[in-house]
Amino acid sequence: MSIIARTLKGFLLFEIVKGFSLTFKYMFKPKVTINYPFEKGPISPRFRGEHALRRYPNGEERCIACKLCEAVCPALAITIEAEPRDDGSRRTTKYDIDMTKCIYCGLCQEACPVDAIVEGPNFEFATETREELYYDKDKLLENGDRWEAQIAANLKADEKYR
Amino acid sequence: MLELTKKEDNNKIDTYTMNFGPQHPAAHGVLRLIMEMDGEVVERCDPHIGLLHRGTEKLIEYKTYMQALPYFDRLDYVAPMNQEHAFALSIEKLLGITVPRRGQYIRVLFAEMGRVLNHLLNITTFALDVGAITPALWGFEQREIMMEFSERVCGARLHANYFRTGGVHQDMPDGLADDMMEFCESFPEFIDDLETLLTENRIFKQRTVDIGVATKEQAYDWGFTGPMLRGSGVAWDLRKSQPYDVYSEMEFDIPVGLTGDCYARYLVRMEEMRQSINIMKQCLCDMPEGAVMVENNKVAPPSRAEMKSSMEAMIHHFKLHTEGYHVPKGETYTAVEAPKGEFGVFLVADDSPNPYRCHIRAPGFAHLQGLDFMSKGHMLADTVAIIGSMDVVFGEIDR
Repeated sequence: MSIIARTLKGFLLFEIVKGFSLTFKYMFKPKVTINYPFEKGPISPRFRGEHALRRYPNGEERCIACKLCEAVCPALAITIEAEPRDDGSRRTTKYDIDMTKCIYCGLCQEACPVDAIVEGPNFEFATETREELYYDKDKLLENGDRWEAQIAANLKADEKYR
Repeated sequence: MLELTKKEDNNKIDTYTMNFGPQHPAAHGVLRLIMEMDGEVVERCDPHIGLLHRGTEKLIEYKTYMQALPYFDRLDYVAPMNQEHAFALSIEKLLGITVPRRGQYIRVLFAEMGRVLNHLLNITTFALDVGAITPALWGFEQREIMMEFSERVCGARLHANYFRTGGVHQDMPDGLADDMMEFCESFPEFIDDLETLLTENRIFKQRTVDIGVATKEQAYDWGFTGPMLRGSGVAWDLRKSQPYDVYSEMEFDIPVGLTGDCYARYLVRMEEMRQSINIMKQCLCDMPEGAVMVENNKVAPPSRAEMKSSMEAMIHHFKLHTEGYHVPKGETYTAVEAPKGEFGVFLVADDSPNPYRCHIRAPGFAHLQGLDFMSKGHMLADTVAIIGSMDVVFGEIDR
C-alpha cells in the first residue's frame, strides 16, 4: 500500500467508517434473541436436566434399588436405602438426591439398568431456599409422572445410539 | 550539591500498592493482583491465585477413572472437551487401547470446535476489555450455535462428559453432521466481519500493538505454550509435533506471530479459528462409519440392548459402574494442544481402579507467571489488555 493511500485512509477514518457501516448493516439482520420465559431454545433428546424417577405403564415404580447410581455418582449426591416390600419385591424406602451436589454428568442414568432414574428435559427448577433442592423419593416420582411423556419420547428418539 | 540531592529525595514518590480484583470485571474471573504503581505505571505485578481452588487433583485420586472424567470439564470451562481429551488419551496410553477411527474423528471434530469456542470468547472479551463492545455481542450468537451442537451430541452445553476412555460416549445423532457443515460454511464470513471491526481499527491497535511484548527467549523461559508461544514467533504446536488421534491426517497450518505483543496473539487466534474450521470440515467430510467406542467391555460399557439381553454384558455393566476398570501400573505424561496451550495430564496408575496421582498441567498457570514481566513499565489499563490477551481461565489455573 502506498504511503499516499495509507495517509488518505488514515485521515478519512476509513476503517472506522467501514466498521460502523458493518454494524449498521447488522441492524437489519433478523433478530436472534428469544423472549425467554415465553420462548425457549431447542433442546435435544439427550439433554441432561432435572432428575426424575420413572414408573412402568401400570404404575409400578421402575427402581429396583440396585444402587448402581449411588455407586457411580462422582459427587456422592445420591443416597438410597432399600428393603423388601410386603409383596417380597425389592424397592427403595429412601431415594434422595442432593441437587446442590449433583454435577449433571449423566452417569446415573447411564448406569441405571431399568431406565428408572433419568435426567429429564426440565431445566427450570430454581428454588428460593436450599432445602427445596434436597429431593426425596416423592419429589422425584412426581417429576417422573409430570415429565413421563417427554422423557419416554426422548428415550425412544435416542434409542439407537444408546 | 548536598542540598540538591536532598531536594530530589523529597520529590521522589514512593510506589503505591494497589489491589486489583478479585471482583474486577476485567480480571477474567477471580484474579487478584497486588500491583506496585508508580503513578499510573506498573512497577510490579503480583498475581495471587487460588480463589477458585477446588482440589480437583486430590479429588480425582478418590474417584474411579470414569467418575474423574467430568471433573476435567470444569477446569477450563470455556472449551471443556479439550481437557477431557487429554485425560482420556492418558488412560488409553496406559491401557494400551486404540480408539476406533470414527471415534477419533468425532474427537478431533469436537476438540476443534472447542478451540473455536475458546478463541471466540477470548477475542471478543479481550476486545471488550479494550473498549469494543460489539464483538462480544456478535460472538456470543455464534457461540450459542456451537453450544447447541455440543448439547445435541452429549446432552450438555458446557460440562460435556463426552470423551470417554476408548472413544466417545455416543455416536453423533442424525443430521448433526449436516448442520455442523452448514455452520462451518458460514462461519468464516463471521470471522471476516469480526476482523473488519478489530484488525485495522486504530483504537484497537493503539491498545494492543507493542503492549505486553514477550520475546522468543522469554516465551521459552516462562514455559509459554499455545497462542502465547506462537505469538512470539515460535512455530510449535503439539498437533503437528506429536499428533494424537487423527491430527496426523489433517491438513492445516500453524499461524505464527512476529512481534510477540497483544496484537500478534490476537492475530494468531484469529487465524487459528479459520484453521480449526478447516479441520472441522475435513473431519465431517472424511468421517468413516463404524463404532465410536472400543468394543472391549472391560473398559467400555456394553450397549443397553446388549446389557438387557446378555448376562455377561450385565455383569460387565455392573462391574464398570461400581468398581470401574483397573489401569495397569505405570505413569504417563500426555498432553494435548488445548486452545490455551499445552494441557497435560501426568497420571500415575497403580493397578487399582483409582488413579494414584493425577497432576494437571494447565497452560494458563504458566502464562500468568509472565504477567509481571509483560506488564512492567506499562500503564494500568494495559495490564487489562495483557490479561485479556493471555487468555486466563481460573478453573484451570486454580484447579
